[in-house]
Amino acid sequence: MNMKVNIAGVELDNPVMTASGTFGSGEEYSDFVDLNKIGAVVTKGVSNVPWSGNPTPRIAETYGGMLNAIGLQNPGVDLFIERDIPYLKKFNCKVVVNVCGKTSADYCEVVERLSDEAVDLLEINISCPNVKEGGIAFGQSAKSVEDITKEIKKHSKQPVIMKLSPNVTDISEMARAAESGGADAISLINTLTGMKIDIHKKTFALANRTGGLSGPAIKPVAVRMVYEAANAVKLPVIGMGGIVNAEDAIEFILAGASAVSVGTANFMNPTATVDVIEGIKEYMSKYNLDNINDLVGMVK
Amino acid sequence: MKGKYKQNAVVIRQEEIANDVYSLWVRADKVAREASAGQFVALYSRDGSRILPRPISICEIDETDSAIHLVYRVAGKGTSEFSKFRSGRHIEVMGPLGNGFPIKDKKAFIIGGGIGIPPMLQLAKQLKCDKQIILGYRDNQIFLADKFRKHGEQFIATEDGSVGTKGNVIDAIRENKLNADIIYACGPAPMLKAIKAYGEENQIETWISIEERMACGVGACLGCVCESKDKDPHSNVNNKRICKDGPVFLAQEVEI
Repeated sequence: MNMKVNIAGVELDNPVMTASGTFGSGEEYSDFVDLNKIGAVVTKGVSNVPWSGNPTPRIAETYGGMLNAIGLQNPGVDLFIERDIPYLKKFNCKVVVNVCGKTSADYCEVVERLSDEAVDLLEINISCPNVKEGGIAFGQSAKSVEDITKEIKKHSKQPVIMKLSPNVTDISEMARAAESGGADAISLINTLTGMKIDIHKKTFALANRTGGLSGPAIKPVAVRMVYEAANAVKLPVIGMGGIVNAEDAIEFILAGASAVSVGTANFMNPTATVDVIEGIKEYMSKYNLDNINDLVGMVK
Repeated sequence: MKGKYKQNAVVIRQEEIANDVYSLWVRADKVAREASAGQFVALYSRDGSRILPRPISICEIDETDSAIHLVYRVAGKGTSEFSKFRSGRHIEVMGPLGNGFPIKDKKAFIIGGGIGIPPMLQLAKQLKCDKQIILGYRDNQIFLADKFRKHGEQFIATEDGSVGTKGNVIDAIRENKLNADIIYACGPAPMLKAIKAYGEENQIETWISIEERMACGVGACLGCVCESKDKDPHSNVNNKRICKDGPVFLAQEVEI
């Protein structure tokens, strides 16, 4: 049975990745998961300098999901290169570094700093809804998606995945803009902007007021957007949004995703990533399928 | 570095010990074997609408019975679901999580306020020093005090004055003219602020256990941070992760 998939020239042992921000740089989940078994670990977003993130509360549970407004807290690219990359290189999983910034120049600075490091792929976060500058601001107009993709491609050595926001009118337009800008792959969806109000305290549940909705509640929206994006471009698509088990992952693959990311499900079950991988294998055995790639985009 | 596990556990027994406060014993061999005072576990809901595990402090550890004792207050739908667990029920638990209290041999205050009282019981059992136990409640809904009594001299404060000192735990300390060389405390944020100030004023080593909304429980998501006085070596900013670097901190290290 072939579980290997190819994303922009990088071969993953299997199509299951982690979603940025839900898995740290892997170390925190190593008590539960053998990182060698995961297709790729996608790190928490990293910026040119350390970011403190938003005030607390940063987390609120919602029906079948959760809101977060972490605000991209991260230690900055220098400490990340010194500590997190060497840690991840001890394992067979591919290393995808999620990159964030306030300005185009910030993104390019991080991308350049990573260019000679043992990083397999870059994922560019132009879709975080929880920071005032950068993030989603780059991801909500086709022109800015194309422009920043072009700019990053000038500075990057590794293949570039543009991570798209679902908080747009037409996702296929954004996917095409990333493709025109020279992206090597796209990933989607980031979280949906949401809000929760604490009716007892009569205030916002999150200090940031709004946050990004993730978890099983958003899966149908994500499957639809992955389907639309995959049919709009020739690029490989990494699908995510509410994947909890193998059945969810297979939906995304049938909709057109070449690989999938498990995010919030890690909080629901620390072994979610490896459980999804095993479940996909069982599904393939059940239907006598010998190549995972045959499933990609099978549902038209 | 001790291990963390997610394991199936069995409810041994559960009872309500004060209004909305439940005492739950579960058999969870791996967690019980590794746990120490001040650590916590994450309990999972079976209802798919509630996706996040609930962090609950460990009240007691019974290694010979492979059991842990959890005492929690019903605060929402998740804990309400837990309160209906009966003996024999299988549940999922992850732990032990976080860093517990350091065990030192100094004349100690063990201070608990409200639902911050439970984790202090295992500490009271583990500490072999001279102990003064100060427990703060809202009213006459007193819980666990009988269990603490055999581990040291006990003082109670209630906000409404129905039992012991009228006021808070600091009022009880002052009224009884108590003194100590180390403070261990868990309770609501205003109480911990007052204890931190008391410790600074009297130059007493002070350890506090704090809480925050959590998601992963293992230090990955950065949801439950608190501001730290100095730059934290892991985060590289003035933030510490409560679930992983805490929940117990030296009071002077955190801004609360």
